[in-house]
Amino acid sequence: MLVSTLKRWNGFPEGEREWVEMAVPKEIKRISETVWEIPASYKQGMLVPARIYATEKLLQAMDDGVFDQVTNVATLPGIVSYALCMPDGHWGYGFPIGGVAAIDAERGVISPGGIGFDINCGMRLVLTSLTYEEVRPNLHQLVDKLFQRVPAGVGGTGFVTVSKDEFLEVAIKGADWCIDHGYGWPEDLVKTEESGRMKGADVSKISQRAIARGYKQIGTLGSGNHYLEIQVAKPEYILDDQLAKALGITLPNQVVIMFHCGSRGFGHQVATDYLQVFLKVMERKYGIKILDRELASAPFNSPEGQDYFAAMKCAINMSFANRQVILHRIREAFSDVFHKDPADLGLHQVYDVAHNTAKVEKHVVNGRERSLLVHRKGSTRAFGPGMEGLPEEYKNIGQPVIIGGSMETGSYLLIGVESGHQTFYSTAHGSGRTMSRKQAKKLFRGKELEKDMQTRGIYVRSVSYAGLAEEAGPAYKDIDEVIEAANLAGISKPVVRLIPVGNVKG
Amino acid sequence: MPYEYLDDIAISDVAFHAWGDSMGELFVAAADATLNVMVGDLRSIEERVQCPIELKEPSDEMLLFNFLQELIFLKDAEQLLLRVPHVEILKDEGVYHLTAEATGEKLNPLRHELIVDVKAVTLHRFNVNQTPEGWEATVILDI
Repeated sequence: MLVSTLKRWNGFPEGEREWVEMAVPKEIKRISETVWEIPASYKQGMLVPARIYATEKLLQAMDDGVFDQVTNVATLPGIVSYALCMPDGHWGYGFPIGGVAAIDAERGVISPGGIGFDINCGMRLVLTSLTYEEVRPNLHQLVDKLFQRVPAGVGGTGFVTVSKDEFLEVAIKGADWCIDHGYGWPEDLVKTEESGRMKGADVSKISQRAIARGYKQIGTLGSGNHYLEIQVAKPEYILDDQLAKALGITLPNQVVIMFHCGSRGFGHQVATDYLQVFLKVMERKYGIKILDRELASAPFNSPEGQDYFAAMKCAINMSFANRQVILHRIREAFSDVFHKDPADLGLHQVYDVAHNTAKVEKHVVNGRERSLLVHRKGSTRAFGPGMEGLPEEYKNIGQPVIIGGSMETGSYLLIGVESGHQTFYSTAHGSGRTMSRKQAKKLFRGKELEKDMQTRGIYVRSVSYAGLAEEAGPAYKDIDEVIEAANLAGISKPVVRLIPVGNVKG
Repeated sequence: MPYEYLDDIAISDVAFHAWGDSMGELFVAAADATLNVMVGDLRSIEERVQCPIELKEPSDEMLLFNFLQELIFLKDAEQLLLRVPHVEILKDEGVYHLTAEATGEKLNPLRHELIVDVKAVTLHRFNVNQTPEGWEATVILDI
């Protein structure tokens, strides 16, 4: 059993390290190699225990916000089994990032903190039929073109111009709208969670401010940890040959494209609006005690709960549309550089996953099928083989899972597995930060980083050098450790480790 | 510069502490602190447009919250980078009334050193305090 007064290095590089106290509560119990449990007796109001999925090393490095927040989540009315935190967990707003909570859909609550400000922030992975040898001579041109054609950075307007009325259509139809308007192929929808359109979106539940904030941003990447990366599947990093082939990775050093972005100002405003709504009614109307304002909640089956759910779906749909039009731009850029049709370049989508979302799903708990509202905040759904909602092509193998590392270390493609039922088929979403943006800017210089990455074979174009410094590799946890934890725990299985060679950053 | 960024309470986002001799001055500082996350040099922002801001809130916290949210809203809705040189706050029958004129211009990557986008003001450890020296606030921004 760990003792909370033990010290650990604070994760900073040589010369900046210092001992800091580990934040792990002494009440924690080890359930297995990568599963740790904080009992419900730890904090007043906890209805279930909290379980953290992590290697011992990752657990020891977690900040105190993780333990405080995951145990707060355990107090949410209607929560089932456990409040969960994934291996990349770190503190967030209300829920920790990496937080998962399955809540009884009839009697429990919905909590916007369990979805996050960037509603449907997610990842999309796209294949090519090109190898690195074929791409390398054109890499700079390709990255430059993508940098030009996919707006990124602060604010920014998208390349898809819609009126406010058309934006409302996008909020209802999601990626469907994009296909109808020539931004993609019907097969893209099949390979997207929810087929790129969550049913039940209601535009009467979104504010004029949210619409005003969002309608010009379709086709923008955003900034911070959002990115568009060209990656290579090197033979030595294929971890499961059969699964890699089934997911479309068939060539040695095959080039793929991965990008990470969300619902932009629209989603952020929807989240902000409803946080205020919930704070006003939570205690006064529903008698739910506020432990943390960012963990505001209301009964799922209340007018406020249903309104937020319908508004959230608008933001989810807009984000799917955003990623869909960006895919379209990627296809155009590749086509321009290689002078071939995108279909001839094999630019087919592997999958698109959301990692800030809430969905009503059926799960078996203690032998009984339950209808649960599963909140995943900085956590990816990872359905196992045979599960309802998977595209036909993946029904036998499970759901593809895309987990992003830092821009220097690369990312992973994984697959959902049957033993994922323990986390309601949820897994990590990234590697999580270990140092603040301010600290990263003190330790790293964007221009030097850019040159250094170039010598290591990664060509990066960034809107901001300061922003680039903030995203330096050492500012993030070890992605390999996070993936190992998820694999050992049996919540997702790594298939390919993808190495970055080109990057567009906002 | 009446604000500083805090290292120890925000890893993935940005936290700042701002202060002023008066409530109005605190709000001016907090607006600058928010903008400075997004733009490297605030002096690069020219005063080309004016946006009036008027708010009414019963609490000082929600007044600051909504004030900063308004600037973030205008950044996305109008692509405006705005400073607020002066903020007038009066309290009348338990309600704060804020009037201010934000000034700035459309964001321009060629002239403005743009750093990272602010998504939202959070309520995490958000507080506004009156002290013997004046007013201060702690704010965490979602990036």
